[in-house]
Amino acid sequence: MNFNQAPAPFLKPLTSVGAIMRQVLYALMPATIAYVWFFGWGIVIQMLIAVVFALAAEAMMLSLRGKPLRPFLGDCSALITAVLLAWALPPTAPWWLAAVGVIFAIVFAKHLYGGLGYNVFNPAMAGYVVLLISFPQQMTQWIAPDFLIGESVRLSFMETLQAIFAGFPAGTDIDAVTAATPLDHLRTQLSQGAAIQEITTHPIYGMAAGHGWEWIGVFLLLGGAWLMYRRVIKWQIPAGVLLGLGGLAAIFWFIDPSTHASPLFHVFSGAAILGAFFIATDPVSAPASDKGRLIYGLCIGVLVYVIRAWGGYPDGIAFAVLLMNMAAPFIDHYTKPRTYGHERP
Amino acid sequence: MAERLHRFRGGLELPGMKEAATASPIRVMPPPKRIVLPLSQHIGEPAKPRVAPGERVLRGQMVAAAEGIISAAIHASTSGTVVAIEDHLVPHPSGLAAPCIIIDADGRDEAIEPVPLSDWENRDAGEIRERVRDAGIVGLGGAAFPSWIKLSGNRDQPLDTLILNGAECEPCISCDDMLMRERADEVISGARIMLRALHARHCLVAVEDNKPEAAEALQAALAKFADPRIELVIVPSRYPQGGERQLIETLTGREVPHDGLPLDIGIVCHNVATAAAVHRAVVHGEPLTSRIVTVTGGGVAEPCNVEARIGTRMSELIAFCGGYRGDVARLIMGGPMMGFTLRSDDAPVIKASNCLLAGTAEEFAPRRETLPCIRCGACADACPASLLPQMLYWHTRARDFERVQEYDLFDCIECGSCDLVCPSQIPLVSHFRYAKTEIWGKNEERAKADNARRRHEARQARLEREAREQEEKRRRKLEALEKMKSGDAKKAEIAAALERAQKRKEERS
Repeated sequence: MNFNQAPAPFLKPLTSVGAIMRQVLYALMPATIAYVWFFGWGIVIQMLIAVVFALAAEAMMLSLRGKPLRPFLGDCSALITAVLLAWALPPTAPWWLAAVGVIFAIVFAKHLYGGLGYNVFNPAMAGYVVLLISFPQQMTQWIAPDFLIGESVRLSFMETLQAIFAGFPAGTDIDAVTAATPLDHLRTQLSQGAAIQEITTHPIYGMAAGHGWEWIGVFLLLGGAWLMYRRVIKWQIPAGVLLGLGGLAAIFWFIDPSTHASPLFHVFSGAAILGAFFIATDPVSAPASDKGRLIYGLCIGVLVYVIRAWGGYPDGIAFAVLLMNMAAPFIDHYTKPRTYGHERP
Repeated sequence: MAERLHRFRGGLELPGMKEAATASPIRVMPPPKRIVLPLSQHIGEPAKPRVAPGERVLRGQMVAAAEGIISAAIHASTSGTVVAIEDHLVPHPSGLAAPCIIIDADGRDEAIEPVPLSDWENRDAGEIRERVRDAGIVGLGGAAFPSWIKLSGNRDQPLDTLILNGAECEPCISCDDMLMRERADEVISGARIMLRALHARHCLVAVEDNKPEAAEALQAALAKFADPRIELVIVPSRYPQGGERQLIETLTGREVPHDGLPLDIGIVCHNVATAAAVHRAVVHGEPLTSRIVTVTGGGVAEPCNVEARIGTRMSELIAFCGGYRGDVARLIMGGPMMGFTLRSDDAPVIKASNCLLAGTAEEFAPRRETLPCIRCGACADACPASLLPQMLYWHTRARDFERVQEYDLFDCIECGSCDLVCPSQIPLVSHFRYAKTEIWGKNEERAKADNARRRHEARQARLEREAREQEEKRRRKLEALEKMKSGDAKKAEIAAALERAQKRKEERS
């Protein structure tokens, strides 16, 4: 009797790209719900807009490149890019911001580099940085957390939808519904010579960082921990980022706590936790080895602090990640693990 | 000695899939009508036939002798008549045919008179090794390296430990498990003989913790022999625990140098089935003519372990196990991680055949579409050799074989762990085998080119030398001619002087 031949191994594969990416999406769910709780429906609408444009851009690029649609759309990587970008946008940002961002991310940062697996830069962060540089005003107009604003001016779902697609309704007091993010606020106040202790008495601050923000951070941490438990990500990059940022913040805070925010504030503010667990862990643009990933994470953390403390932007995750993306091949080169049976260095 | 176990890096927890074949005892299969004995069943030179077609042979009679040092003899596995020495399909990944001795059995299964080496405890190591060599014993774990070579120690390095590998970590395979359960005495006796041949201090018998029956049987055998040098060690079930280098790391915490052998760190590793074969060869005088084969998979009616004669064709082995069942997608020799598919069940059981796996389509689904590598690093986490398969793959795709070697391609043991965990379903091991073959091919080519260059240079030098010699010769000839010429002139001068003198004489007189 004759049989077909095939190469070993013959066991069924244990996982797939789609399964991994979907787990990342699941891990973001609790934090997304917390986000809605504190900031309203904006993020959900942004996600939907981003997803629609991301899938369309992905499908268009795949067909232009002559690639099959089904396996590549099924890998959910475009979905992740869209969702992460939506996370980075102000919840009431105009719809075209999300569209332009994801289209740039998918078309330029991903497919022009060769598509899935070949992108040098994290697509979501590339898209975000393009928006931040091109549309600074829209990108920094952050909605105030629900508890800050009175029942009367709080945006309903429909009003949010209208704000995103047609602009804020006439007569809306923009200053009443928007507020500086804690990182932004702290930065401005510090530059005016105020001390941390008095700045943080402002109602936008909570126990450790921004009110609301810190809870979102807790849920992001939980999601990240679940991803580590599921072995979708490993501890090196998140630990590196949080340690690099928190460690450097701790040093300066120790030296002078009145002009430097606490490490806890830094870790729970802005996109630090999101970046550590969900953005910097994008394997395609990160180094390959465990040691390399730890170094990569640490450098991102340090860069985030440097940008926040002395740079021109209140937060620095996107720039730090993109800068370290460029360094990934270099880190790879110097962190090759010792192979079994080879001399210990 | 092994108070504390170590842990090898990477690896996977795999399902055992061994229950079906271990449910019933080993079944002894009677000799088939026809025996096909490939001349190359081992690593090294093929054996050289010692019989001619038409000759009658007995079970245990050597029909092909070891050729050179790394080679093994082959024995008739039943009595009958040699009908041909010709190419026949052999179990090899290439699916090609190779020279085989084909014997038609006479059904009497007569054996040659066995010559036991019963007083082996008083014989010296050389005699034991010779016996193992003459019995045609090779590593029965699947590698089939001639065992007697691995029973000679190293003169520079005193041998410390003999490891008997009974880990059997690969899913589906259970031949060693069943051997240890039912013939533990043979394994321990073999270990004692091997210790004598190696002058080793002690022996560790390693069994994975998913084989409690085997461990119990070995413990009983150890109690019977009461040999304090031999110790049973239970190791965790983790693929590839049975890899020689991984097992050594687990037991001793030491690594075999990448360009060396276990011998370099005072260790020799043999499979438990090899030990049992050594016992049979020495104590009973029986050469290796049969082995235990696990016949399993969803595609075989009665999965079980069979003691089959070497040379039994797989089709008959399957028939002995109740034939095929359902839709058999693949016939695999070896396990589902490191085995290879057979083109046809006409291939015979050879010394290396530890398992025959008839897999249905549901068990071993065809690969899904391969996606690009996303560098997730799951492969690197699973690699027991601490390699970076994603980098090896990247450079293999770019055909940058220099970089591939910088990333230590040749330390890949092809265990398949990276392949299995890859979310993009990339056939990594196939890529690495391809890269290895390319590099070997290139090295061979380079060797050939070097050779050709050397020959060309030698020829060039010879031609130049010849030309120089020719020139030299011509020059010498010319000189000689010149000299001769000049010699003539002198003679003429002398003659002229003589003439003048003569004239003067004449004038005076």
